[in-house]
Amino acid sequence: MIVVDRFAKRFGDVEAVRDVSLEATDGKITGLLGPNGAGKSTTLRMLYTVLAPDSGTASIDGIDVASDPVGARSRLGALPHGAGLYPHLTARENIRYFGRLHGLGGNALRDRVEQMVQLLDIGEFADRKTKGFSQGQKTKVALARALVHEPSNVILDEPTNGLDVMATRALRELIVNLKRAGKCVLFSSHVMQEVAAICDEIVIVANGQVAAHGTPDALRERFREEDLEEVFVAAIGSVGGSPS
Amino acid sequence: MTPAFRTVFSKEIVENFRDRRTLMSALFAPLFGPIMFVGIMTLTLSRALTGTEKPLELPVLNADAAPGLIAFLEQENVDISTAGDDRTTVIEAVRTGELDLALVIPDDFGAQLRAGQPVRVEVVADQSSSQAGPRADRASGLVNAWGRQIGALRLLARGIEPTVVQPLLVDQIDTSTPSGRSALILGMLTYFILFAMLMGGMYLAIDSTAGERERGSLEPLLTLPVSRGELITGKIAASCLYMLLSLAGSLVAFMLAIGFLPLEKLGMTANFGPNVIVPAFFIFAPFALVGASLMTVVASFTKSYKEAQTYMTFVLLLPTIPIIIAAVLTLRPTQELMLVPSLSQHLLVTELIKNEPIEPLWVALSAGSTLAIGIALALLAVRLYRREGLLI
Repeated sequence: MIVVDRFAKRFGDVEAVRDVSLEATDGKITGLLGPNGAGKSTTLRMLYTVLAPDSGTASIDGIDVASDPVGARSRLGALPHGAGLYPHLTARENIRYFGRLHGLGGNALRDRVEQMVQLLDIGEFADRKTKGFSQGQKTKVALARALVHEPSNVILDEPTNGLDVMATRALRELIVNLKRAGKCVLFSSHVMQEVAAICDEIVIVANGQVAAHGTPDALRERFREEDLEEVFVAAIGSVGGSPS
Repeated sequence: MTPAFRTVFSKEIVENFRDRRTLMSALFAPLFGPIMFVGIMTLTLSRALTGTEKPLELPVLNADAAPGLIAFLEQENVDISTAGDDRTTVIEAVRTGELDLALVIPDDFGAQLRAGQPVRVEVVADQSSSQAGPRADRASGLVNAWGRQIGALRLLARGIEPTVVQPLLVDQIDTSTPSGRSALILGMLTYFILFAMLMGGMYLAIDSTAGERERGSLEPLLTLPVSRGELITGKIAASCLYMLLSLAGSLVAFMLAIGFLPLEKLGMTANFGPNVIVPAFFIFAPFALVGASLMTVVASFTKSYKEAQTYMTFVLLLPTIPIIIAAVLTLRPTQELMLVPSLSQHLLVTELIKNEPIEPLWVALSAGSTLAIGIALALLAVRLYRREGLLI
């Protein structure tokens, strides 16, 4: 369960996030949708505590991110945008390293790493150094790394970026499986169709604030548009942003 | 040591061990110093040695006119040969470089000598040449020595003790010990060793900070339930270990290399055996923390691997500054100087090479002050890694 209450963040003169609140519940997929530069990444970065908000609070499973960042992070599996791997370690070693830092060890660690290798279907290249991996292979390993400790909350920042059709489908399937397992999944995207295909809840962000939120059906109704893409455009327009 | 610290530490060790660039610099930096050092030293020493031992080749004009002088010179290990036809052609030959040295004796040498007049003999050489200069000095010295002999004989012939015209005797007494003399030359190797040590950990320090940021692996790392302090201290510790390995390698390489130097021929002994390198290792070791922490601090300001590499060059030069200042001011080791990192290590190890007794208190002061500065820098690195600007 992830709750964000009125996040705001500025970098110098740029107000990256003005006012973002959202709730992502367990067993549901929440999509953070918005054009490039809308403040999606900054919001997620504040959630996984790499950045501190100027104002506003957030909690993960009830743990406040400001007062107990380490505790909040331990309930979280995060895949930052453009996450890189260690090129001189094998895929399996990359996953194992994160598992260890999550406090796993011994048989438990080995089993979890093996499960991740199976789940993400990376057995074929699991023992190769990740130098020279394709974008799809890299994303799979990065995702395995983020999920190795079985987090109850998963944050994915533009996970489908740079993936081909097949890899995107596989990723979607994985996200749906996480939801079925009762996880709270929050992911960002600037592609409407992607969000529409799997999300239970959509939060549309533009200009650093929430333009609209609700289930896909509720949003269609509110903006009187059948096509979600039109809903997207209308919502963004309502806060003075432009879809890019 | 927390589990996270250990995990980061061992991962950095393993990962960098597989990185050819890091491994090469850790393995070859220790060799670079000894090879260069021995090369330069062998050249310098062989020059210094050959200067006095080799016969002096001396072309002479009118050698027949001064048989006594020539006999004396031949006795003093001078190879006499004939030079040119007259004074002008001999000087021209030296000017053009055909000869680099010549002795010109006037035709009427014997007559003038018998008449008791001072005879002008000329040593012709291009003094700006590093080869000819010292040889010309040697030739003049020998000709003068013969002149002094003749003078003494003349005085004796007139019943005067030759010492009358020699009111002073100046003697230089050298109190340096053989190992002390070598310390002068070997003193500069402390910097080579510090350099090798810093090089050994440099790429790890860059890779684990600026490199990690550039690859985009830092942000995922920061989403883990581990404090940034544990992450960064694990990285600094890994860098320290690489530096200590390079330090050990460098000391051993120097020990082997110095065995090849003909230092004994100059009346020096090479005091650089296991009795020196083992204590030297422990004297240098605390500096690894200063090096690794400083590099991590510097790397935290840089945006890329390349940029970090540029700044590291300055870090590599930093330990020379106190050593150079000390050399220029010819500072002798004192208790206060033991508080200056790099300088205290330099002074202590130089004493060690000179085979002088070392005060345990000084070693403790050197280690203590160096470690204190190292810890302060490590804490600064931790602070810098807590900054948000790190990722933006």
